[in-house]
Amino acid sequence: MPPVDIDATVIENHRLSRDYSVLSLAAPEVGRRTQPGQFVMVKPAGVTDPLLRRPFSVFEVLRNGAGEVTGVSILNKRAGRSTKKLYELEPGDVVSCLGPLGVPFKPVAAPVEAWMVAGGVGLAPFATLAESLAGAKTPTTLFYGARTAEELFYLDFFEQLGIRLVLTTEDGGRGVKGRVTGPLEAALKNAGSSGAMVYACGPEPMLEAVAKLAARYNQPCQVSVERVMGCGLGGCYSCVVPVKHGDEHANLVRSCISGPVFDGAELVWD
Amino acid sequence: MAPDLSVSLGTLTLPNPLIAASGCFGYGLEYEQVVDLSMLGGVVSKGLFMKERQGHPPPRIVETPAGMINAIGLQGIGVHRFVNEKLPLLNKAGARTFVNVCGTTIDEYVEVCKVLSQADGVAAIELNISCPNIKEGGIQFGCSLTGTYDVVSAVKKATHLPVIPKLTPNVTDVASFARAAEDAGADAVSLVNTFLAMAIDVETRRPKISNVMGGLSGPAIRPIAVRMVWECYQLVKIPIIGMGGITDARDAIEFMLAGATAVQIGTQNFVDPFVWSKVLDGLKDYMTRHNVAKISDLIGTFDPTPPKAVHA
Repeated sequence: MPPVDIDATVIENHRLSRDYSVLSLAAPEVGRRTQPGQFVMVKPAGVTDPLLRRPFSVFEVLRNGAGEVTGVSILNKRAGRSTKKLYELEPGDVVSCLGPLGVPFKPVAAPVEAWMVAGGVGLAPFATLAESLAGAKTPTTLFYGARTAEELFYLDFFEQLGIRLVLTTEDGGRGVKGRVTGPLEAALKNAGSSGAMVYACGPEPMLEAVAKLAARYNQPCQVSVERVMGCGLGGCYSCVVPVKHGDEHANLVRSCISGPVFDGAELVWD
Repeated sequence: MAPDLSVSLGTLTLPNPLIAASGCFGYGLEYEQVVDLSMLGGVVSKGLFMKERQGHPPPRIVETPAGMINAIGLQGIGVHRFVNEKLPLLNKAGARTFVNVCGTTIDEYVEVCKVLSQADGVAAIELNISCPNIKEGGIQFGCSLTGTYDVVSAVKKATHLPVIPKLTPNVTDVASFARAAEDAGADAVSLVNTFLAMAIDVETRRPKISNVMGGLSGPAIRPIAVRMVWECYQLVKIPIIGMGGITDARDAIEFMLAGATAVQIGTQNFVDPFVWSKVLDGLKDYMTRHNVAKISDLIGTFDPTPPKAVHA
C-alpha cells in the first residue's frame, strides 16, 4: 500500500516520564495500512522549525470501541529540538504524518518462538508486532532493557497479550541488573530445537551485540535500525547503512526503503 | 480558458515550469508511488558519473534553521545502469527526464553525455559543475570562468541534447558564470546549487556531518537564490531554471518574476512529497487572480520600483 500524508490532529500526548511520551494521532488511513515494523515521518504541521520530519516506528495502531482503526501512536523520547517539540504537543495540535513507510518485520509461526529485544525507546516497533504474533499464537518473549524501572513502559500491555517478559535495568531497580543482552545470551544458549526468531530494536551497540549473539548461536535475527533520515521515501540518500555484498565489499543502502528492518546477518557492523 | 502553464527551454517545451531538483528526488522512480511523474514539467536524476559511487559515510545531513546541510557525496549507480535500469521506467511513467551529469575530467563529462545521447528518452543534460561536497566533482570547473566555458563547449560538441549547466552560488559573481556558459553554447542555466556550509555540535566540538562541510538548501537560502537569478537574468539571454528553497506557488512565482523560465523544487520534496499538485494549483490560482493567460508572460516581469514605505 502506498503511503499517505495526513495532517493528523493530536488525540492525546500521554507523558510517560519527563522524557517519554506516547503521541496519539488521528490518522486512520495510516493505521489501516500499517504492518508491524513500519514507520511514519512526523513533524508539527506548517512550521519551518523543524523543517524536516523525523522517522518513528508506528507504536500502536489505535482503534475505537467498535474495533475501527482511528489512528496511530508513536513512542517519542525527548532527545533533540524536534522530539522536544513533539513532547510538548497538546491535543488539538496538528502533525504532518506520512506513512506507513519501509519494510515490515517478517512474521514467524510456532513452533519457532519469537524473541523481541528492546532497548529503551527501541520498544516502539514491538507493540504492533506483539499483537500480530499473539494473534498467530506464536510463543513470544520480550527482552526489554531500560536505564531504570521508571523507564520500563507498557508492561501491562504486553502481559495482557500473553507475552513473556524478561526485564533488565542498568541500575538493577527492576529485573536483572545490566544490559538486555545478558538474559538474551542465556536464552540463546538454551534455545530449543525449534529455535527462535530474534527481533531487535534499540541503540546501535545493542543491535550489533544482539545480531552477533544471534549469529553465534545460529538463530535468525531481524533488526530495526534508526538513522538520520531526510525524506523516508528514498529520495535523499541520507539514511544509508552498510550491508554485506560478498565478504569484503560494503555497500550502502537506504534504510528507509531497504529497511528499517534488516536481516541482522546482512548488516556490516563497525 | 484554461491557463497555459507551458514554458520553453530553448527547443524543449515543458507542460509546466515545475521540475524536480537533482539529488532531492532519487531517480524519480522512488516518488512514483506518491506523484504522477508525467504531471511534472521534468525530473532531474541524481548526479551520475560513468561509474558507481558509494558517496560519503553517514551522517550525511543535518537540519539547520529553515534548511538543511547535506554531504551525500554523489552516491550513484553510474550512467550505464541508469540508462539500462531507470530510464526505461521513467519513460514508461511519462517523465521528461533531465540527467544530471558529473565528471572528474572534461573527458568524463563528454563520455557520460555521449552515452546519454544514444539513449532513448533523455530530455536534457544538466551539467553538474557545482557540487560542493566532493573535491573532484566538477566544482573546479564551476568555480572558474574558463573551466565553465571549456566543459560546456566540450559537451555541446558531443551531444545533440540541450545542455544546461548547474551553477554554484559559491562564487563572487554568479552572473559572469552564466555568461561564460552562454558564450560556450549552453541552452539554459540552472541556479543555484547549495551554499557551502557547516554545523558544529557544540557539546562534542565535532562536525554534525561526516564530511565536515556540506551544501545548505531549503527556505533559508531562497532570498539569496532569487537575487542571483535576477542578476543572471539581467546579463544573459538563455533561459534560467531557478531554484533554492521553493516550498509553494508563491515562491515559484517569485523566481519566475526574477527571470526564471522554469523552477526546480528540491528540499521541499523531503518535507512534503505531495508538494507538486499543491504548487500547480497555486500557480493556476495566481494566474487567475492576476489575469495571466500564459505563465511564460510572467518571466522577468519583476518591477524594481521601490515599494511604498509601510508604517507599522
